[in-house]
Amino acid sequence: MPPVIPPVPDADDRFFWDGVAHHKLLLQACADCGRLRHPPGPMCRHCNSLRWSTQEAAGRGHVYTWLVSQHPTQQDAAPRIVALVELEEGVRIVSNLVDVDAAHVVNDMTVEVTFVDYEGTVLPQFRPVGGS
Amino acid sequence: MAGFDDVIIAGIGHTEYSKDSGRSEMQLACEAALAAIDDAGLAPAAVDGMVTFTLDPNDELTLMRNLGIPELRYWSRTPHGGPGSNTMVQHAAAAVTAGVADAVLLYRAFNERSGRRFGQPNQRQSMPGLNWYLPFGVDTPAKSYALAFQRYMYEFGVTNEDFGRYSVVARKHAATNPNAWFYERPITLADHQASRWIVEPILRLLDMCQESDGGAALVVTRADRAADLRHPAVRVIAAADGHLVDGSVMYNYYHRDLAEFSEARFVARQLWDASGIGPAAVDVAMIYENMSPIVFLQLEAYGFCGRGEAKDFIAGGNIELDGVLPVNPHGGLLGEGYIHGVNNVIEGVRQVRGSAANQVANVEHALVAAGRSGLVLGRL
Ligand SMILES: [Zn+2]
Repeated sequence: MPPVIPPVPDADDRFFWDGVAHHKLLLQACADCGRLRHPPGPMCRHCNSLRWSTQEAAGRGHVYTWLVSQHPTQQDAAPRIVALVELEEGVRIVSNLVDVDAAHVVNDMTVEVTFVDYEGTVLPQFRPVGGS
Repeated sequence: MAGFDDVIIAGIGHTEYSKDSGRSEMQLACEAALAAIDDAGLAPAAVDGMVTFTLDPNDELTLMRNLGIPELRYWSRTPHGGPGSNTMVQHAAAAVTAGVADAVLLYRAFNERSGRRFGQPNQRQSMPGLNWYLPFGVDTPAKSYALAFQRYMYEFGVTNEDFGRYSVVARKHAATNPNAWFYERPITLADHQASRWIVEPILRLLDMCQESDGGAALVVTRADRAADLRHPAVRVIAAADGHLVDGSVMYNYYHRDLAEFSEARFVARQLWDASGIGPAAVDVAMIYENMSPIVFLQLEAYGFCGRGEAKDFIAGGNIELDGVLPVNPHGGLLGEGYIHGVNNVIEGVRQVRGSAANQVANVEHALVAAGRSGLVLGRL
């Protein structure tokens, strides 16, 4: 596994990383119009409300697009598969695919969230539904 | 409004494009700037405005002191990356039109190969805007773009070999351009397919632009000064930027449809509206390519071909020097060098002047497209 660069949360996204630490995938929801948004931000673009709450995602989605992240010339212990996952709730999130070989990744495949601790940095990751 | 009536590019200048300049970035900026000012037939004292990229390492006041520009009354910088190559022209055109400056120097200079390499993984600490990317391994420009390109490949059945056909053309053009780093070094499609993966299964080494050392500069002024110039004036017919609500610092992962380049469509619409021309009237196109697939997306965004048709458009020879739409006759950022797209604007000026290494015949209109920005250049 290559080194994982830990996130540096700020006032606008700390809720997300706190949630991830507790193995919850939290999405930001406008407290006035109810629409979800990701990446997080202080204001709802639809109604300009500054009031928001969080909603736990069901954790299921599909792979919109993906790639294999591997250093071109230096040996990686294990390549990472990066995927842009479109959640059932309609928002997209960049993440990684685990428990699947790159040869078996296809666009639009259904995946579900899992939480992996990389030496103290917990990240939301996605795996094929029903295993690989 | 993206159209301008009385703005010209009067001068162009650049250093050699290399992998190790052996001198400071400020020296490269000075050399390129002086060459552009001299090319315009002006003296440094005539310059009263400056524009560069927010990413540029060279301070305006230091450059002023070195060039001997006594008074500056306008400056600005353009955010983000390569689109700034055209956005600089837009800023200068607006400033000249508004009368806040008379002659504006545009510059970009760096040692991005021998110094801090521009395309290497970001191993620094994350920061709030990058929390959605860096921890997941999206740590290079190649990966950030490739994530979107893959959807384009999937939806239209485009392969890495298709992308390679662009690279072969770029290197063919560079091979006959003495300014190009890859002068006299063409490649074959087999070379492309044998080059190592940078981002599997999307980008190989020969899909990537270069990392270069060098400087490039332009001088923008009013059309009524054309009579004083050393070379034929090149008119800035239209200059446009295009940014959309779902963009992000890395790429546009949150647009519904990533198999098209929505911002480039927005730029194209503005350029066609402002110039009164359409794709059929473009005689030559300089298309920014940090990586080969972005050419495909822009050809489609500008309407040179339909969605998903760029691979056939390119395979059919249309972007070669004798094709319907010669693209990057200088070799582009893959073949000539990577001065953040500013060398593409310089090539656009040369094509309109009629002084390019690989000159396209009778250029009335040159398009310079850099993703989220664009120019239409023409004769005065
Ligand atoms: Zn709202």
